[in-house]
Amino acid sequence: MSDKKPISSVNDFVVRFANVNGSGSASANEMFARAILRHGVPVSPRNIFPSNIQGLPTWYEVRVTEAGHLGARGGVDMMVAMNPQTWDKDVAGIEPGGYLFYDSTKPMPSTKFRDDITVIGVPLTAITNSTYTDPRQRQLFKNIIYLGALSALLDMDPKLIEQLIGEQYKGKEKLLSSNVHALHLGRDWALQNLKCPLGLRIRKSDKVGDRIFIEGNSAAALGAVYGGATVCAWYPITPSSSVAEAFTAHCKKYRHDPETGKAKYAIVQGEDELASIGIVIGASWNGARAFTATSGPGISLMTEFIGLSYFAEIPAVIMNIQRAGPSTGMPTRTQQCDIIACAYASHGDTKHVLLFPEDPAEAFEFAAAAFDLAERLQTTIFLMLDLDIGMNHRLCRPLKWDDARQYDRGKVMTTEMLEEGRDFGRYLDVDGDGIPYRTYPGTHPTKGSYFTRGTSRDRYARYSEEGTVYADNMQRLVRKFETAQDLVPRPLQANAERPTKYGVIYFGSTSPAMDEAIGLLEARGHQLDRLRIRAFPFHSSVASFLAEHDFVYVVEQNRDSQLRQLIVNENGIDPVRLVPIVHYDGTPITARFIAKAIGDHQDQLKVTPLRKAVS
Amino acid sequence: MTYIAKPKFHHPGLKKNELGYTHRDYEGKISTLCAGCGHDSITASIIEACYELSIEPHRVAKISGIGCSSKTPDYFLGNSHGFNSVHGRMPSVLTGANLANRDLIYLGVSGDGDSASIGFGQFAHSIRRGVNMTYIVENNGVYGLTKGQFSATADRGSKSKKGVTNTDNAIDLVAIALQLGATFVARSFSGDKTQLVPLIAAAIRHKGASFIDVISPCIAFNNHAGSTKSFDYVREHNDAVNRLDVLVGRDPIAVDYAPGTVQVVEQHDGSKIALRKIEADYDPHDRLGAQTFLARHAAKGQIVTGLLFVDPDAEDLHAHLNTVETPLNTLEADTLCPGSAVLDKINASLR
Repeated sequence: MSDKKPISSVNDFVVRFANVNGSGSASANEMFARAILRHGVPVSPRNIFPSNIQGLPTWYEVRVTEAGHLGARGGVDMMVAMNPQTWDKDVAGIEPGGYLFYDSTKPMPSTKFRDDITVIGVPLTAITNSTYTDPRQRQLFKNIIYLGALSALLDMDPKLIEQLIGEQYKGKEKLLSSNVHALHLGRDWALQNLKCPLGLRIRKSDKVGDRIFIEGNSAAALGAVYGGATVCAWYPITPSSSVAEAFTAHCKKYRHDPETGKAKYAIVQGEDELASIGIVIGASWNGARAFTATSGPGISLMTEFIGLSYFAEIPAVIMNIQRAGPSTGMPTRTQQCDIIACAYASHGDTKHVLLFPEDPAEAFEFAAAAFDLAERLQTTIFLMLDLDIGMNHRLCRPLKWDDARQYDRGKVMTTEMLEEGRDFGRYLDVDGDGIPYRTYPGTHPTKGSYFTRGTSRDRYARYSEEGTVYADNMQRLVRKFETAQDLVPRPLQANAERPTKYGVIYFGSTSPAMDEAIGLLEARGHQLDRLRIRAFPFHSSVASFLAEHDFVYVVEQNRDSQLRQLIVNENGIDPVRLVPIVHYDGTPITARFIAKAIGDHQDQLKVTPLRKAVS
Repeated sequence: MTYIAKPKFHHPGLKKNELGYTHRDYEGKISTLCAGCGHDSITASIIEACYELSIEPHRVAKISGIGCSSKTPDYFLGNSHGFNSVHGRMPSVLTGANLANRDLIYLGVSGDGDSASIGFGQFAHSIRRGVNMTYIVENNGVYGLTKGQFSATADRGSKSKKGVTNTDNAIDLVAIALQLGATFVARSFSGDKTQLVPLIAAAIRHKGASFIDVISPCIAFNNHAGSTKSFDYVREHNDAVNRLDVLVGRDPIAVDYAPGTVQVVEQHDGSKIALRKIEADYDPHDRLGAQTFLARHAAKGQIVTGLLFVDPDAEDLHAHLNTVETPLNTLEADTLCPGSAVLDKINASLR
């Protein structure tokens, strides 16, 4: 049947599930990914979903990768085509030699298939309908039945899947046994009727180690719990809502007084993003650690308050789970497109601190650190996540916390300090680092009170429109931003094996694809030093890296090469030496894309690959 | 006036309240508003109410938005922290501040532009959440700082100083507050301190969302014939339902009044409000009745003032959220951070 040899690969392939949104497939698909992890084989799953609740197409892609490449790969080796609506596109998307798994209950005309793929039909609906009568059960168990059939086709250990089902339905015996039953229905049918296993196989390995499997939004929310956030105000917006929802769930578990049952946190769903950031600023002004989570449109709405936070120097933490813009853009697609919008948010001269975590583990660490930074610097700290990290389970190192760690509450003048007669000027730079002292409301009957305002004022918080007074304050804010450089996470550099004149800068969710691309480029003989930027303002090592290389590629997921703009602007360097590599179609960037884009440019530069030069 | 620094000395015989503070301890900077502005009268009433209640001045947080009214927190309670925030956003900033420290007294000062236009949403949502605050709108029906544009509380048919007639319907913030579930709703007039001072005092003692709409004529842009927010118009059309006294830790003085005309309301914190009834059949515990009463009088062109509604057993946002008694801003890592052992368990559950 095939005129192309079927793909044969162990622990290195991509399976994509095409489903209908709201059909209950998500939990079965996630179980598939987890089951492979239990084989000791890393996976990198991704949800590709519409901005819709029920009825529209949705995909779940699982990259099986013993080598541990956690970025999206591109291409599909096996399509589990459960959605007639997207059939043609799904079938067309399979790699030559790939596999198509479908529900063969209703016969399909041969024109609906391809000659160069292996077609696997399982009469899922027929099996389901002969076993179950309840329509809801039929729908849900159909998903488990295809999971069972896949386990046979891919040579997976059914015991490991049963174990997962056991953990998921612990204490719900009826559900547990009926799920196991459905699993074996599919598995047995495949074993009896199909040639199992296929060329694509899972083989037990030990490459997962102690890593954990978590969504970035949940990790960031946990970071907020560990970082001492007590006030969360938010407004629902994809893809950020699950941050606040996870924070709520974590707080219910870990933040209630064991004796009184009372909550050591307050969560308010605001009426909009304006109210959410207003609540955060009010709470932070009053000495609580507060945050909001939002996405691009929310950032646009919050900018007036962000300017107030900058100018009146009030801490705030904003988690921005970026999605494709502008305007409503593509709400369920990923991008890194709010770099400029956040770095310079609000009218007037403003600059803000941005943190760029690469995965859930860093999302946890940076989220906790954001509260220390916000209170130390008395300004807004942006945690710049994106949909790719935020809403997908990602394999990452275990979360760590040092129990000796105390929160850095920043420069707060206490009742005792005021009693000692310390000079309190709310905007007085006493230490030369641009950071003044603040007082919490209600501290002292006669000392330390001040009037907070978004208007210009002098070092003692007295209203002033004097040019020199205004400029003095603006200069101090610049000094404060310079101080921030050494407080934020530093860039991480990884040099090529041999010295090279070429470098690459990248950040955030591009990280796994970049790591993999380096391997592909090296295989083609291109050597590149790497610098992963983890925060803005840029540390001085960014300027050094630029100085050390003739050309530096800046890889990012937006159209206008926003990080590159920021680097050019902040470092005052020749833009020609910074080559933009941009990917912005809403899908996660892949190693293949990066390697091709950089490889092509290197070719244009007439760089002779080392391997050729040597041979 | 405003270039003069306010002198700190005062008469040694100045009367002191229970905490030993004089009236002067509740004052702020010299007002920069126009001479004769209704807002300054409200400022004086706030000072008087806080003095009367023997509040520690620094335990009040004064929060405002943008506009003439929002400037006033600088003119009272000089030893309190103040926050002149963003236009129309006082309610959210106040809500956040309140969540951070439930032990302070929150005074939200706003205007009709700030609360009925740009901040209408925030006004509504802070009220419906039951934030424990005293929300005062200094309502003059006009944008003063930008020189005389109509605000959303200007009555239909009223005339601006330039002679333009307002064709839009007015928003009655009191009616809205009642509908949204405010648990203390009052209206007063900046020129009527005897009514306003006890209203502010009672609102401060109320645990929940207290809302006071204070008609406050704008001397510069809305005090002419044809305006329905001028001193003359309000005096002529004011229909007070009651007058009150607030009794905190003192013997009730209700006995001073004739039986049947005084109604004593005990609030959550034990303070008592003695209502001297003017409208004999007015019941301040009846939300629906208050709404009807208000609508009926508005149709007649009357401005109803006094304590219109109070729920003495109200619950606030902290009660709804079941938060700890200790202010959240005092909690540290030892109580907030679940620690590494819990994190190890979380890690284990994610494999």
